Amino acid sequence: MRREVKAQIILVLLLTVLVGGCSKKTPPVARPMPPPMPTNTGGGPPPAPPEPPRPIAEPIEVPPLPPEDTVGSRSLDDLNRDSPLRPLYFGLDSADVDAAGQQVLQANASVMKKYPTWQVTIEGHCDERGTAEYNLALGERRALSAKNYLVSLGIPADQVRTVSYGKEFPFDAAHEDSAWSKNRRAHFVITAK
Amino acid sequence: MITNASRYHVVVFTLVAACAVVAAQQPPPPAPPAQQTVVDIGKLTGDAGTPPRLAVPDLLALSTDRETVEAAKTIGEVLWADLNFEREFYMIPRDTYKSIPAAATIDTVPFDRWRELGADGVVIGTVQKVATGIRIELRLYNVRGRQSIYGREYTGSAANPRIYAHTMSDELHDSQRKLRGVARTKLSFVSDRNRESVLATVEKREVKEIYVSDYDGANPRRITINRTMNLFPNWSPDGRSIVYTSYRSGVPDVLISNIFAGTMETPTKGVGQNWLPVFSPDGSRLAFISNRDGNSEIYVMNRDGSNLMRLTNNQTIDSTPTWSPSGTQIAFTSERSGSPQIYVIGADGSGLRRVSSESFADRATWSPAPFNEIAFAARTGPGFDIKILNIGTGETRQITFGEGSNESPAWSPNGRHLAFMSTRAGRSQIFTVDRDGKNLRQLTRDGNNTTPAWSQ
Repeated sequence: MRREVKAQIILVLLLTVLVGGCSKKTPPVARPMPPPMPTNTGGGPPPAPPEPPRPIAEPIEVPPLPPEDTVGSRSLDDLNRDSPLRPLYFGLDSADVDAAGQQVLQANASVMKKYPTWQVTIEGHCDERGTAEYNLALGERRALSAKNYLVSLGIPADQVRTVSYGKEFPFDAAHEDSAWSKNRRAHFVITAK
Repeated sequence: MITNASRYHVVVFTLVAACAVVAAQQPPPPAPPAQQTVVDIGKLTGDAGTPPRLAVPDLLALSTDRETVEAAKTIGEVLWADLNFEREFYMIPRDTYKSIPAAATIDTVPFDRWRELGADGVVIGTVQKVATGIRIELRLYNVRGRQSIYGREYTGSAANPRIYAHTMSDELHDSQRKLRGVARTKLSFVSDRNRESVLATVEKREVKEIYVSDYDGANPRRITINRTMNLFPNWSPDGRSIVYTSYRSGVPDVLISNIFAGTMETPTKGVGQNWLPVFSPDGSRLAFISNRDGNSEIYVMNRDGSNLMRLTNNQTIDSTPTWSPSGTQIAFTSERSGSPQIYVIGADGSGLRRVSSESFADRATWSPAPFNEIAFAARTGPGFDIKILNIGTGETRQITFGEGSNESPAWSPNGRHLAFMSTRAGRSQIFTVDRDGKNLRQLTRDGNNTTPAWSQ
């Protein structure tokens, strides 16, 4: 009898964990949108509606912390797995931040201002069409371009580190245009909260 | 087993057993002292205008144990391949003389059979088990003159028979052709063959470690064990150290691994991010790239990190330095003209000049005397090909032609060969090719293998 009760309790617990685990799954994020505010905390309050797109040209204000800080409460691993800091992409052999890249960095900057304790590393990556040797410098330049732009937006330089991985870690290993354009990027990693 | 007849022609010298035991971990054994000169009483010649035709049958095993029999077979095969590599002899294919009986002494060498085969020379040797391992006698016979014109004896461990063949080949090339062979040199390269990966933020990232192998790709051995990314190895001239770019600390930095001592040096002391280090020809200095002043520039420092000097100063990318054989100049890549091109600058920062006119050129490697050439990778289409610039004439020739992408050339120490990375076989693999584009060989097949360096 006792054992049965115990088993039932365990079953209920298991189900709770499973259901909770499922509901933890973040909904797909519309990539072109400004910083995604993914929902989490299974079983908690209903997911907050996505924020409207931020006007880009306006001076960036640090919004007050929302009642449920769904970003700030996530672990580093969770944060980086579905990062509120989006990557920006570069043209062939280029380290210039284009208009789309500026929008990305402005959005990233507003997130980083909201979380000034975050330490962020910008990884510079390249596609496979340059040489391994040269691409290390090109990746470094891409990461640095992104950092410099963030600093120009008021992000403290010591909040951002850069590292180049050249063409050593392609995000898409295919040998075609669509892969190459994904691999020419500055990728953001949150290393400390 | 030195017969009376051969004793006149063979002065014995011995590679001490210990030397051969650790052959796989040690640089090539030092050249024998002068007093141990062997008798060389003639040079093999071929027909007018043609290289000597040479046969290298299996050595004769005088003992029946497996180790000795294996060594006899391996040494014959490897010696043939080593001699073939330099193209100084016409090496008669080994399967054409399988039926010619082996000979233990000059009295039993079937010279008529070798003459019939068209051989000018035949290398004949014996392997015998002894208390310390194996003893090998090797002779080169002039088939026309029916005489032994060259002889050596080696004693040591049977653990790595290939090292005997490599030593024999280098000594034969030196004696017969006045050529510095490369059979005892090593390669170093980057490989992900262990298929280890570490989970990064969004994807798995392969661990890349530094490996060394013999010049022919045999005996690959892993040098780094830090399970991060280690790139761009380069040998110290004494072959005892490898300097490379390591992400051990999270960002690229210069590390020196003393591969026999098992120790490590960190010459930059963690200042800035530093990559692509290369030893000066005398081993006392390192050229490398650093972003310590905000932008990738070429620096030179002593091996211990002292005496730092910045060679370039501009807002564009400078990358991939390499020393001239004399150590007085450095070739490197710069995009100051708008595209990556090869430049040359004095090691003191003077006399900058551009030497390439490609759409994209990188990874210069400066050939040793008597050649004065810079090989590099040039973008020729979707990928790269290896080109060679003659500095004297300013002419550039191409030695690979669009089979995959061909990158990261590195000269052999005698200037006759290049190691490089090619994707022609699918993944990235290390190949060697001669300076005329012939004699292409694939050395690696396991995983991806990139950025070779050739030891002195």
